[in-house]
Amino acid sequence: MTSMEEVIMKYGYYPGCSQTGSAKEYDISLRKVIEKLGASFDEINDWSCCGATSAHVTNHKLSSALAMRNIMLAGQQGLENMVAPCAACYNRLVTSQYEISKHPELREETEELLSAKFQKEINVINILELFLKIGINKIIENRKRELSELKVACYYGCLLVRPAAITKFDDAEQPVSMEKIVESTGAKTVDWNYKVECCGAAHSIARRDIVVDLSKKILEDARSHGANVIAVACPMCHTNLDMRQRAMKRTYPGHEELPVLYLTELIGLALGMNEHELGIDLHYINYKYTDPVPDNTVA
Amino acid sequence: MKIGVFICHCGENISRTVDCPRVARVCESYPGVEYAIDYKYMCSDPGQNMIRDAIREKGLDAIVVGSCSPHMHERTFRNAAVSAGINPFLVEIANLREHCSWVHDDVEAATQKAIELVRMAIEKVKRDKPLSKINVPVTKRVLVIGGGIAGIQAALDTANAGYEVVLVEKEPSIGGHMSQLSETFPTLDCSQCILTPRMVEVYQHPKIKLLTYSEVVKIEGFIGNFKATIKKKARHINEELCSGCGLCITKCPTKKKAYNSFEEDLAFRPAVYIPFPQAVPNIPVIDESVCMYYKNGKCGMCVKVCDRGAIDFDQKDTMLVADIGAIIVATGFKLYNIDKKAADSKYKGYGEYGYGKYRDVIDGLQFERIASASGPTAGEIKRPSDGKVPKKIVFIQCVGSRDDSKGISYCSKICCMYTAKHAMLYKHKVHDGEAYIFYMDIRAGGKMYEEFVRRAIEEDDVKYIRGRVSRIYEENGKYIVKGEDTIAGMPVEIDADLVVLATAMIPQENSAALARTIGIPYDKYGFFNEAHPKLRPVESTTAGVFLAGACQSPRDIPESVAMASAAACKATILLSSDTLEREPVVAKVNEDLCAGCFYCKKVCPFGAIEVKDVKDMNGIVYKEVAYINQGVCQGCGTCTATCLSKSIELAGFNNEEIFAEIAAL
Repeated sequence: MTSMEEVIMKYGYYPGCSQTGSAKEYDISLRKVIEKLGASFDEINDWSCCGATSAHVTNHKLSSALAMRNIMLAGQQGLENMVAPCAACYNRLVTSQYEISKHPELREETEELLSAKFQKEINVINILELFLKIGINKIIENRKRELSELKVACYYGCLLVRPAAITKFDDAEQPVSMEKIVESTGAKTVDWNYKVECCGAAHSIARRDIVVDLSKKILEDARSHGANVIAVACPMCHTNLDMRQRAMKRTYPGHEELPVLYLTELIGLALGMNEHELGIDLHYINYKYTDPVPDNTVA
Repeated sequence: MKIGVFICHCGENISRTVDCPRVARVCESYPGVEYAIDYKYMCSDPGQNMIRDAIREKGLDAIVVGSCSPHMHERTFRNAAVSAGINPFLVEIANLREHCSWVHDDVEAATQKAIELVRMAIEKVKRDKPLSKINVPVTKRVLVIGGGIAGIQAALDTANAGYEVVLVEKEPSIGGHMSQLSETFPTLDCSQCILTPRMVEVYQHPKIKLLTYSEVVKIEGFIGNFKATIKKKARHINEELCSGCGLCITKCPTKKKAYNSFEEDLAFRPAVYIPFPQAVPNIPVIDESVCMYYKNGKCGMCVKVCDRGAIDFDQKDTMLVADIGAIIVATGFKLYNIDKKAADSKYKGYGEYGYGKYRDVIDGLQFERIASASGPTAGEIKRPSDGKVPKKIVFIQCVGSRDDSKGISYCSKICCMYTAKHAMLYKHKVHDGEAYIFYMDIRAGGKMYEEFVRRAIEEDDVKYIRGRVSRIYEENGKYIVKGEDTIAGMPVEIDADLVVLATAMIPQENSAALARTIGIPYDKYGFFNEAHPKLRPVESTTAGVFLAGACQSPRDIPESVAMASAAACKATILLSSDTLEREPVVAKVNEDLCAGCFYCKKVCPFGAIEVKDVKDMNGIVYKEVAYINQGVCQGCGTCTATCLSKSIELAGFNNEEIFAEIAAL
């Protein structure tokens, strides 16, 4: 039994480029949380770009080959599964594997490009699946405090659960798995409307106005449903919802800040780590969790 | 034995590639052949006369006809032989058209092949034995499964033709979905007003035995001779004693304990209930899952108030067995449940529409109840959440239907019509209201159907938007419907007070299990299959089992009623004779040789093989053998080929006959 658990608790880890740059705190908090929960990562040696955005909008074969390179590396490393915390990486990896299994010609071309044969399927999982696999009970068992002050709007964005036929995970239109994980930290979750709407994604660079409008709608819907923080599981979503709030203030004078945290940071807070340890102080919108003042009046 | 050989030219169909006169000449010289001749059209009247005359004049004992496929004219030639005094099973057909002339062009080779085909038939006919038709008795009683409009119509038609009917309905009342409808398209007549008289007629008909709150659990036997086992679920009310006064219902303290499924969960009911005031029979049912007596043994209020002593807590399910001649299956449909919590495991839900989450996102049947004069709002259009009159309703068609990604490819057929009707009913009741309909295509094929839709658009100002809806969410008591207008090429957003989804029609729960119980085929969705989509639309492939209504595919009321009458007609044709004639080509077991391995029983696709005890002189069973029910056997020969001890023989196709054919080749 013990050995089984040990096997299960070891996961292949594909960080992706954001985790080394704009979403450094996602990587920091994820690694720390995983360690606290008794799991461990085996990082893919020599991992490279997943083929997201620039590749997959310009060259289908290239994006497939880039993703498959990493999957093959995981296979060579003897891994059964692989966590991709970035929603875009996750999506590219599962989609490429799916397409290759459906289209023999694409498989041949990709194999030719990589000069290697695709031998085994890797179970690529997203960050939500990772915590569900580790077990919500593990979070509750290791919890140092309950985040009872938090009312969290769980934001999935567009890539984490779609397309349903490929991701085969949760309901693509009304997902609930992030809520389950967040509630294990003792926080409350709110029922809101924009959990799978588009944040504007990569338009952030060329058409910031679009992102400001779309992301503003998401923030306001969360706020109007009583949320005091938004939880995300995607570096791109985080950038748009967190960093672009400064631009929002210019477009929408009077915009009130709403903190946006990575799911891993929320769990980290519940496991007793502080904002600095988790990299929350790297965000554009400052955030510090304050425990409720103990109510002594009753006693 | 004197054999006659008749070679047909089939116009030029055979003679173009086969030298027919030569075939006849060669065959005439074979031992046993008394007479051989060729003719241009052997199936024609003069051709048949040639056969008859030859039989009489030459004193023939058996004949071989070289012609088209036996599927085409075997019956013709057998009848000709019978009229000249020869047993029909002493007629063999050599297929010289489909198996020879049509597929070859070398005249010499084709002629040689034709000669050999005829020779094979000659050798077989020499060994053929005269067979006589099997007569099986017919039980003059029809089982109708399902008490919706189709079942009601089928039961009434059959009973009015003078035959006994057993009508089985699983709910406490007959009436089906039609009893839930407000008004019906395209005439807008009240559904209950046209239906309830028929329900009463069923109840009072001396030839109809009505079994409500009952289910068919087993069907045995074969056409004309079925045996049906029916489970009558315990109502916990003595049907003989109950007067239907309803006092138990009004006094039951559980009041609003359970969802009222007749009201599509828009209202509540107590533990003891009748589904709706016009229910037939007007006898309540006690729902054990909510009744206090079954929870803690206390209460018993109904017992106290019932002055006829009709409450019977100890009543148990009972099993009834009925002999049946024909079966009409009319189990109807249900709506695809898009509520995520109760979604069908087979299909994916519509999380994006928030059904089951938002109380004001409802399905078509729920809207029927809201619009119905007998419904929870007494016919006033009010939304479920706060009882306010909606000023703007969005209707969405094709929810589930025509959507491969949700697992249903077919069109549910009735939604275009009932959605137009819903919008119209709404506009008639709420004059300043706005009705929007999102559609993919409008399919209004039917008498007065297209006119009806045009009326909704032109007279009642219903706004049709061609496009799909991507998402619905709540904002300040309004439901924001985001969709696309594909004609204008623009996204649209409507803040509705109520959203009505036209969800797909799917087969009833457990339809596949019922199909297996009865022994009829069904498609991948669970709809029952007809024997032929055009020419045998109300028959199943199982002899004696007929289909009616939406259990076969989505149907509206007129179609269901037409099918039901057709099925009743088919059933009464069957019952009109005292016995059924069956082809004698059936398998028979040689009991002395049979080792009782019962491999045959495993492979028989018709369930015709039974276990029979063989007793010695003292009446003691000393072995078990296979016994083939001649009424069920279809003569496929699977058992014959499987039998290890070669103890099964198929009449008309025994080993000797087949080997002789092969040896002649």
